[in-house]
Amino acid sequence: MTKERGRPPVEKFSEDERRALRFKIEEFNTEYSATLDDQDIHRWPSFFTNDAFYRVTAKENFDQGLPVGLVWLEGRAMFLDRVAAIENTMVFAPRYLRHYVTNVDVLGFNDAQEICAKANYLIVETLMEDSTKIFQAGIYQDIFVYDESGCLKLKFRDCIYDSLLIPNDMVFPV
Amino acid sequence: MPDTHLIEDGSNSMAIEALHWPNDDLSRIPDWIYTSEDILVRERERIFLGKCWNFVALEAELPDVGCFKRSYVGDVPVIVTRTGDNAFNVFENRCAHRGVEFCRELRGKVNEFICPYHHWTYDVTGELIAVPFRRGDKGKGGMPKEFDLGEHNPRQFRVSCRHGVIFATLSDDTEPLEEYLGPETLEQFDVVFSGRELKVLGYYRNRLNGNWKLYHENLKDPYHATLLHVYLATFRLMVAGQKSAMICDEVGRHATAASAKDDAIEIGDDLVDEMKGAYRVGMDLNDEDFTRYVPEFDSPWTVTMSTIWPNLIVQRELNTLGIRHIVPRGPHALDMYWTMFGYVGDSEEMTKHRMKQGNLMGPSGYLGVDDNEAIKFLQDGFRNSMPGEGVVKLDPDKEGGTDTLISEASIRSLYRHYREVMDI
Repeated sequence: MTKERGRPPVEKFSEDERRALRFKIEEFNTEYSATLDDQDIHRWPSFFTNDAFYRVTAKENFDQGLPVGLVWLEGRAMFLDRVAAIENTMVFAPRYLRHYVTNVDVLGFNDAQEICAKANYLIVETLMEDSTKIFQAGIYQDIFVYDESGCLKLKFRDCIYDSLLIPNDMVFPV
Repeated sequence: MPDTHLIEDGSNSMAIEALHWPNDDLSRIPDWIYTSEDILVRERERIFLGKCWNFVALEAELPDVGCFKRSYVGDVPVIVTRTGDNAFNVFENRCAHRGVEFCRELRGKVNEFICPYHHWTYDVTGELIAVPFRRGDKGKGGMPKEFDLGEHNPRQFRVSCRHGVIFATLSDDTEPLEEYLGPETLEQFDVVFSGRELKVLGYYRNRLNGNWKLYHENLKDPYHATLLHVYLATFRLMVAGQKSAMICDEVGRHATAASAKDDAIEIGDDLVDEMKGAYRVGMDLNDEDFTRYVPEFDSPWTVTMSTIWPNLIVQRELNTLGIRHIVPRGPHALDMYWTMFGYVGDSEEMTKHRMKQGNLMGPSGYLGVDDNEAIKFLQDGFRNSMPGEGVVKLDPDKEGGTDTLISEASIRSLYRHYREVMDI
């Protein structure tokens, strides 16, 4: 299921193409992170295409090709429902989260001429009256496409975390 | 006035002999059962390493002879191995030489285990088979002549399997597994584990900031389900008034919270009023398929959550299936190891449906987050405030099973059993 969508790049970029794309993807990730850091959660689905797939899963699952995700979303409706749950039904203590996205690697086109990229991420969490702690370290495995207005959108984002033991719970997407 | 001792120095670390249950009354639970180190030590001896069957693995995780998995009985690290077609061994993950926790991989397949420190070597059954330089070097050093390999093995657990689920016990006196579960729990267990071959779909792990018993209580407390979990009521997965039950064994230690989703149920104004904040009027799912139950079980229930004492939860929530393995981490924390599964022969569409509904549960689940937060808030209450006691008086004439959600009867039956075993 996930493997198919995460089709590997088959065609490399020229250095100029890579430089331009890397800049665009870094800007994308900066805005994506800022949106989540601000907990502006209802904006989050707009970073994805309507048919996008998004998953957050442990590296132990990814390495064994296992399909589960802490978050497993396919299609805009599921994204909207997760946002609605966070905003309206889920019960949780207030927290600050901050994303650090680095090492953007623009890999190439896959056989559908979509852009494959990856990046490392680190998220630190601060609960009120508690010290700041590393919440999750992982890697984004991404496929980007351009929408009709020429904006980059995620068609696929697999967030694969090394931090197998989640501290208590994960309220917001990463 | 509660008669729980107020502790002069503000800590909850009083000696176990000084602890007494308030008024000998099961409808009151003292904080110290969640905070005391001494209590946890006794729980390890008398519960996890006592006359209990502990979940350790699914057979599907160990497909071939030589496959192993790191696991736990209580907080004691063990290794589970497949040693034959239908044979499994469970032994302590501790070298008989100096105590090294020698198996470091989460799972894998081996011919033997070699302790990295001095290369003491064990076969897959956990028998010590080689000690380097046993006879010394050039006639010097080495083990004493009478040294017997057979006397230096990691501690073995007794193993019992049912329909693909592997349990272990250290005690020779634990009754047979089926008897231990009791007919009520066995019936629910066999709905999920009917003998259909399981297919592991993946793992989650999280550390909850609460005492391990709070997780059992949470699932023996159907009262919270209609209130804490706004999602359940809002999307009609569980509302007061629908068909539901708490099914308990005779001993009172296991329980299954069961309910049947009823799309026809009307949520009247009186119910909305009673649930106050727990119901969001006018919210609809964008993806209506999400809560669809695909019938696949011979059961009147669409949801069963079984707590199997002391360390296993079996989750059947619509079509998302999983087991949760509890590992205590001191009095104030527990690790939850989740194994999500389906069945061999599931269509790709069914697997996808299970993955979608997986969003309900787990460390980032629409329901899971609520419980993890509530358990932390509870433990914060016990740790930070003056010692006190909880009140579990709902459904006062009952103990054990009940047919209303507004009940704490099966929490009381658990603590009747617990107090006997713990002698407190």
